[in-house]
Amino acid sequence: MLKSKTFVKKTRSGGILKVVREHYLRDDIWCGSEVCVECKDESPVLEKDPCMESSMCTFPHYLIPDTNVVLHQIDVLEDPLIRNVIILQTVLQEVRHRSAPAYKRIKDAIHNKEKHFYTFTNEHHRETFIEREPGESANDRNDRAIRAAAHWYSKHIPDSAEIKVVMLTNDRLNKEKAEQTGLLVYRCDEYIKSLIANPELVDRLALTSDEKNEITSSKILFPEHLPLSQIQSGIKSGKYIQGTFRANRDNFLEGTVFVHGEGDESTEILLQGLQKLNRAVHQDVVAVELLPQEDWVAPSAVVLQDDGSKGEDEEEEEEEEEKKLQTKQVHRDSLKPTGRVVGIIKRNWRPYCGMLTLSHIKESTRHLFTPADRRIPRIRIETRQAATLEGQRIMVAIDGWPKNSRYPRGHFMKNLGSAGDKETETEVLLLEHDVPHLPFSQNVLSFLPSMPWAITEDDMNRREDLRHLCVCSVDPPGCTDIDDALHCRELENGNLEVGVHIADVSHFIRPGNAMDQEAASRGTTVYLCGKRIDMVPELLSSNLCSLRSNVERLAFSCIWEMNDNAEILNTRFTKSVINSKASLTYAEAQMKIDDRNMNDDITKNLRGLNKLAKILKAGRIEKGALTLSSPEVRFHIDSETHDPIDLQTKELQETNSMVEEFMLLANISVAQKIYDEFSECALLRKHPSPPPSNYDILHKAIKTKNLVIHTDSAKELADSLNQADIEGFPYFNTLLRILATRCMMQAVYFCSGLDSDFRHYGLATPIYTHFTSPIRRYSDIIVHRLLAVAIGADSTYPALMDKHKQAALCNNLNYRHKMAQYAQRASVAFHTQLFFKSRGILNEEGFILFVRKNAIIVLIPKFGLEGTVFFENKDKPSPKMTFNEEVPTLTVEGHTFNLFDRVRVTISLDASNIQHQKIRMSLLEPVIPGVSVPLPEAEPEAKKAKLDR
Amino acid sequence: MAGIELLSDQGYRLDGRKATELRKVQARMGVFGQADGSAYLEQGNTKVLAVVYGPHEVRGARSKILYDRAVINCQYSMATFSTAERKRRPHGDRKSSEMSLHLKQTFEAAVLTQLYPRSQIDIYVKILQADGGNYSACVNAATLAVIDAGIPMRDYVCACTAGFVDDTPLADLCHAEESGGGTSLAVALLPRGGQIALLQMDARLHQDHLDTLMEAAMTACKGVSKVLDEVVRQHLQEMSILTGE
Ligand SMILES: [Zn+2]
Repeated sequence: MLKSKTFVKKTRSGGILKVVREHYLRDDIWCGSEVCVECKDESPVLEKDPCMESSMCTFPHYLIPDTNVVLHQIDVLEDPLIRNVIILQTVLQEVRHRSAPAYKRIKDAIHNKEKHFYTFTNEHHRETFIEREPGESANDRNDRAIRAAAHWYSKHIPDSAEIKVVMLTNDRLNKEKAEQTGLLVYRCDEYIKSLIANPELVDRLALTSDEKNEITSSKILFPEHLPLSQIQSGIKSGKYIQGTFRANRDNFLEGTVFVHGEGDESTEILLQGLQKLNRAVHQDVVAVELLPQEDWVAPSAVVLQDDGSKGEDEEEEEEEEEKKLQTKQVHRDSLKPTGRVVGIIKRNWRPYCGMLTLSHIKESTRHLFTPADRRIPRIRIETRQAATLEGQRIMVAIDGWPKNSRYPRGHFMKNLGSAGDKETETEVLLLEHDVPHLPFSQNVLSFLPSMPWAITEDDMNRREDLRHLCVCSVDPPGCTDIDDALHCRELENGNLEVGVHIADVSHFIRPGNAMDQEAASRGTTVYLCGKRIDMVPELLSSNLCSLRSNVERLAFSCIWEMNDNAEILNTRFTKSVINSKASLTYAEAQMKIDDRNMNDDITKNLRGLNKLAKILKAGRIEKGALTLSSPEVRFHIDSETHDPIDLQTKELQETNSMVEEFMLLANISVAQKIYDEFSECALLRKHPSPPPSNYDILHKAIKTKNLVIHTDSAKELADSLNQADIEGFPYFNTLLRILATRCMMQAVYFCSGLDSDFRHYGLATPIYTHFTSPIRRYSDIIVHRLLAVAIGADSTYPALMDKHKQAALCNNLNYRHKMAQYAQRASVAFHTQLFFKSRGILNEEGFILFVRKNAIIVLIPKFGLEGTVFFENKDKPSPKMTFNEEVPTLTVEGHTFNLFDRVRVTISLDASNIQHQKIRMSLLEPVIPGVSVPLPEAEPEAKKAKLDR
Repeated sequence: MAGIELLSDQGYRLDGRKATELRKVQARMGVFGQADGSAYLEQGNTKVLAVVYGPHEVRGARSKILYDRAVINCQYSMATFSTAERKRRPHGDRKSSEMSLHLKQTFEAAVLTQLYPRSQIDIYVKILQADGGNYSACVNAATLAVIDAGIPMRDYVCACTAGFVDDTPLADLCHAEESGGGTSLAVALLPRGGQIALLQMDARLHQDHLDTLMEAAMTACKGVSKVLDEVVRQHLQEMSILTGE
């Protein structure tokens, strides 16, 4: 049956268009139920004996949730208890438009065979399609469509099956209308509460605005938010400004709105006081109105934490605090543009980790939740499990923030485990850094090759057979995801052939499928202390793609012909099959090279590679490549308790640099090739040169030692770093390199069609990309695909050639890499804390890295640990301090601290706030009376309390 | 935010069709008494009028005359009201000239031009409403008009487009699908012999996918040819009743 759809659409240029679309209505769309005899569905999804025990629905039934139930109650729908649900196309489409994360989650649920979620394409079905009536809003029409489909189902399922259809909606009007037509309909919370099997599910219900909630006082606390239409016209007329709200970490009554401008013209608007913040939550996109200039204020330096000390009902105090902010006399110059939030354009809420602060009233089910991220306000939730949740890390989602409630309201989602526990804290840091770490969904796993897997004849025909080559891999100990292997052999003409063989991950991960999308979204494998969160399923990362020794593996090879001076005569790329002869560690490879008695093929191979690598490295340094240093620590983890038992800074061997050298060479060769082939859509990596002002700190630092450093180019910087040495202070050069690292910019991925500056400053190469680690980086998978197309080994697809899509992908990859780095650091920090917790107080030597107004920052070379020694103390009078910003120095009670000074400090753990444990350092030497602390005695426990204040 | 989903997980397209299903094709022949042949064709919401004059003596420059076969002259135009936004230049722009040329090539391959040396056949097509697959609708309409004019052809020329979404070929794209990105391939086919009269594609596509896409387009063309055949038979029947034979 044919239907014609006509609707009116507004174009971008402002014209009004009449759009006519065809719509074919079908009668071959099945209901998906096992009991149905009418439909010719071959593999029905909905079970014939759906069993969800409910005290209200005592009969077998299927559920039909409406859009808002799927959007807001996805936490509940995901529970294994909820099965046999009909997801209507109308609902799915609405969810898709309104929330990408919710859409992904509901799709995962649909793909999960055990959930028995069925998608019914009601919009194309002849009997369930309805037309929008004149004057009917799109929402009302969709609600009606959902009711129509529910109706169809209740008629369609044969009476003999005794299965009923239950519609779930939280919309009162919708519910009433559905009841009038004789449908079985419940509110979502009503239904969930009636479930017998899992009473805890109730806590995961999101509170909906429809419910009249008595928690909130009737007093209106906040100004009303303007409707979106008014905001938009206000922004157009310049009355309001759009920006991203950023809460202040140290002061919950203050925040700024970051306004994106053209180029560098971005500005910030200050917001002060709860009324002005008007329920904005960190990262929300808001509309602000600037206050008249006489009302502008200065950012306050006060630290105000909305900490757990205050209970439920003590809100009066805050007004006092707010006054404190404003009565301060300030200088006119420090006044900043100040504004107030008039409306929210887009909420950017996510699930938050944190802990519960129990209500003082014992029987209360309403409690305040304190997020781990200090920029997020406390959230009021309702739970019956408060007693069990005390001392646990939990996850909470915000549902809304009504104008008469001091705190946003939310609901409990998940218990992560006891605070301080290693597993729990790892989970928290993954969640807080937005690292996708859930097990791979069934849908993703379904794209894995079936086992046992073997190389097919077809593979062999399409690939170059390199199994005869003496290929080996060199990696850190315990590495199971080996993405690279090398070979080197002499050719008949006397030249050398060097090959870099990279795991052919793009052979297994095909563009656009669920596994590809998941990998693209994860972007990178995240390595934490004692834990790895894979980007691709383990079967690939540790088995099929890992280039282990003595198995046949698919590889993507980059092969050069070189002469003895490591000059490249010829470069070629090929898909290949290899059989690695050995998987070595750096130390093993080093031993082979050094041992004169060894003369087997592998060793000869390694010696040849090592020799070439040295020449390559010298050439790179000649061009101005930087060797910077950042203290990296490795934990020796106890194999049983998984506690860190020792800590060691990473040491580098010659073989590290050997492998690195060839990886760099491969990356550069590939970058050049894909750029030559696809100048518009090559995925490259660049490292911008830092603006000169970034080096100020380095210049100042080196001046104190009467040396000079040149920073005009990478080459000059590298040379001056090499020359900067002080007799009797071998660690000085390392310190300097650590400082130089801090001056650098972040390297980023970008799409060649949308940028003109390609240089990689740190490596001193005009073009660079990532090709060598496709198992753990998605960028490399894209580069593999581009290279494969370039050499005609694989096919292309539209998104690969679309520079805007690629730029969007680069943004995600850059974001994921940054977050992975933060998560890694947080994990190291947490393990450092664990390590020092069991150690008590230590007494170590360190060097001053930076001086601040009231503190020095000290680096302990032994642990690669950086900490702050504060000279101000809450309950003691501050010592006399003078800070000279020019040199920079800090003078405390007559002693002047310079950069690079040697000090001794004690290290201990401050666990006073369980959500924010910290490493504390206190000064031991030089001895400054009243500032430094005495040497810790044999029993560290006694002293610890004192140090912790 | 999230563009449009051209093909749902359940395998339905925006307008409710499945991947291989064609839009509804309706046509009438002999709609225009003054011309030698004419036809009106709807392929979904794309509506086309085709008119044929000839064969007749070559008009204009004598240099155009071909001594072994007939000259085919095609003109493609779009009505000002054919698209959602009113067109400024209904014909004579670059796109129209290109389309005219494509039609000319298509029909030179199909019409038995050697039967009419030193003469000319004019084919005029006008898009009354555009909703994707303009070229194919024009070819299909023109085929009917040529048949209506009684000019012998090797076979029906049937045209159809096919696109490629998530590794699935879609037959007979509508406007929303054409503008939704991805590739679109147009094929004009002489179905009985399986010869291709014209094949056109503007976007990039890897060679490996070309076969599947061509396969899809050719199957679609054969689907169209069945409909056209029926229209012709129907028309003949009506005519024979009218003329009382
Ligand atoms: Zn049925």
